[in-house]
Amino acid sequence: MLSAEERAEIEHDLHHYPEKRAACIEAMKIVQRRRGWVPDDAITSIAEMLDMSPAELDGVATFFNQIYRSPVGENVILFCESISCYLLGCNSLRDALCDKLGVGRGETTADGEFTLIPTQCLGCCDHAPAMMVNDALYHDVSIDALDGILSQHRGNGPRRRQGGTP
Amino acid sequence: MTDRPLTRNIDPARGPLDLAGYVAAGGYEAAREMFRTMQPADVVGVVQKANLRGRGGAGFPAGTKWGLVKQGPGTSPIKYLVVNGDEMEPGTFKDRMLVEGDPHLLIEGVICASYAIQATTAYIFLRGEYLKGEQLLKAAIAEAYAAGFCGPSCFGSGYALDIILHTSGGRYICGEETALINALEGRRANPRAKPPFPAVSGLWGKPTIVNNIETICNVPGIVRLGAEWFLGLSRSTDGGGTKLYGASGRVKRPGTWELPLGVTVREVFEDHAGGMADGYALKCFLPGGASTDFLMPEHLDLAFDYTTIGKAGSRMGTGQLIAVDDKQDIVGVTHNLIAFFAQESCGWCTPCRDGLRRAERILDGMLRNEGILEDVDELKRHAWLLRPGMTFCALAPGAAEPLQSAIKYFRPEFEAWAARRSAGV
Ligand SMILES: Cc1cc2nc3c(=O)[nH]c(=O)nc-3n(C[C@H](O)[C@H](O)[C@H](O)COP(=O)(O)O)c2cc1C
Ligand code: SF4
Ligand code: FES
Repeated sequence: MLSAEERAEIEHDLHHYPEKRAACIEAMKIVQRRRGWVPDDAITSIAEMLDMSPAELDGVATFFNQIYRSPVGENVILFCESISCYLLGCNSLRDALCDKLGVGRGETTADGEFTLIPTQCLGCCDHAPAMMVNDALYHDVSIDALDGILSQHRGNGPRRRQGGTP
Repeated sequence: MTDRPLTRNIDPARGPLDLAGYVAAGGYEAAREMFRTMQPADVVGVVQKANLRGRGGAGFPAGTKWGLVKQGPGTSPIKYLVVNGDEMEPGTFKDRMLVEGDPHLLIEGVICASYAIQATTAYIFLRGEYLKGEQLLKAAIAEAYAAGFCGPSCFGSGYALDIILHTSGGRYICGEETALINALEGRRANPRAKPPFPAVSGLWGKPTIVNNIETICNVPGIVRLGAEWFLGLSRSTDGGGTKLYGASGRVKRPGTWELPLGVTVREVFEDHAGGMADGYALKCFLPGGASTDFLMPEHLDLAFDYTTIGKAGSRMGTGQLIAVDDKQDIVGVTHNLIAFFAQESCGWCTPCRDGLRRAERILDGMLRNEGILEDVDELKRHAWLLRPGMTFCALAPGAAEPLQSAIKYFRPEFEAWAARRSAGV
């Protein structure tokens, strides 16, 4: 089921394209912004709205790195592992981050606060190493800066602030 | 209009100009004049004469591509311009600078290019992580609509154009123009067969021109100041204009600079990036993103243009060089690059889907001291299997470039890693 708000936002986007299905990425992002991820029931409802089969929509969903088909933590960390960040030592930075969070790549912390998702070049290579936490971009990140970054977001996730269900 | 048409308005301390500021700086004059004095074919003509080469990596002349769109009675009344802002080539951060630095320049470019090919709608396809760019572009597009610069009658000319921002879901292959078209249509972003080329049959089967953000940002200057001016900006016979060159890696001052097309690599690397950071030396570099062949310090004095870099065995690519320092292990660096391509392969064809994964495993094994001597030749064979013509799109040959050139220049390092297991390390 989609909420009335979600439905209205998706409807608005349909005007941008001659075919409904072209709005599918945006539709899934709309759901994800509110719920953190895209559950099966949303896939079914969006597919129906956009005249697609759920399987087709799921095929698109699983193709894209930024659509999450399983639950994520309150805060999503996109950690760049591409070449310019690699050359500036992102691997040891990532290992330090994993240690601090007690997770491996792609995992969520036990308290549900953070999911660590390794990602590709964030286009911030002149200020490597780079990472994003939710909408915030951090650059020239050092191991010493990690605690400060994490504490800004711990207990302060976007959905918690919206008052939505985590 | 100065010798830096792309970045003259960019001032990170001030932030981007809004519509009024951009107009006060002479912005939208190109578009306004164009509607008064030029036919669409004139715009195509001047861009052809200016020899504007595509800045997305392949360097195809923009005017020539635009000329492929059939015009006139009996042709499709619906045509599309698609601006490629996927920018996921590792080590590339120039389109971000344009979008965040001067969004109205891009919109003016979109209006001029759309008019040239008589597009009815222009889609700006932006990578999803560029959230700041997304907000700035949304605001700028709204301002342009409100001013009547786009919409039902651009500048009162009667020419109608919709400009729509589309943000992606994140996948490197979406940058490939036919995959991008599938992504825009809401499909899995596998590339399409060519021919038919998008200029004939693209988005929803209509004639479609796909151009990089930097390419489009060059159009207003050409329209306003002409082909001679544009050709005069360049130091190369390879094409007109300036280029956003960049440098990342352990250099003193990483960044992006607008310089005449055809400056030497050394000017970018030493004069602008300041050379390597103290205590580091240059081992090798990728001239134009992850999908270009490594070059060596002896190549620094080459002109940074399509032909010269091509003759040296690499590609100009995005013109954003990645400097590898002497403390780096080439096998580790190559592993990082191949892991990227293996992950981002769309999976459509076997040499790319399976070959890249295999190459990644071999490199990983070598780094764990589990290699065997034959590994080096197997890696070479995979690079050969990924060569142009063997796969459906250019992702695979692009992935082969750093792999084959790393082995070409650093074979003893690869062999040393491969020998570690038998040496009992
Ligand atoms: C795997 C792959 C990724 C690409 N990524 C981009 C990209 O992010 N941005 C871009 O402008 N072109 C990219 N290209 C090149 C496009 O296919 C196309 O040539 C380009 O957008 C045309 O614009 P131009 O002629 O203005 O350069 C990519 C090509 C391949 C094969
Ligand atoms: S070469 Fe790779 S990315 Fe391109 S179509 Fe084949 S599998 Fe997909
Ligand atoms: S390589 Fe990390 S931001 Fe580009």
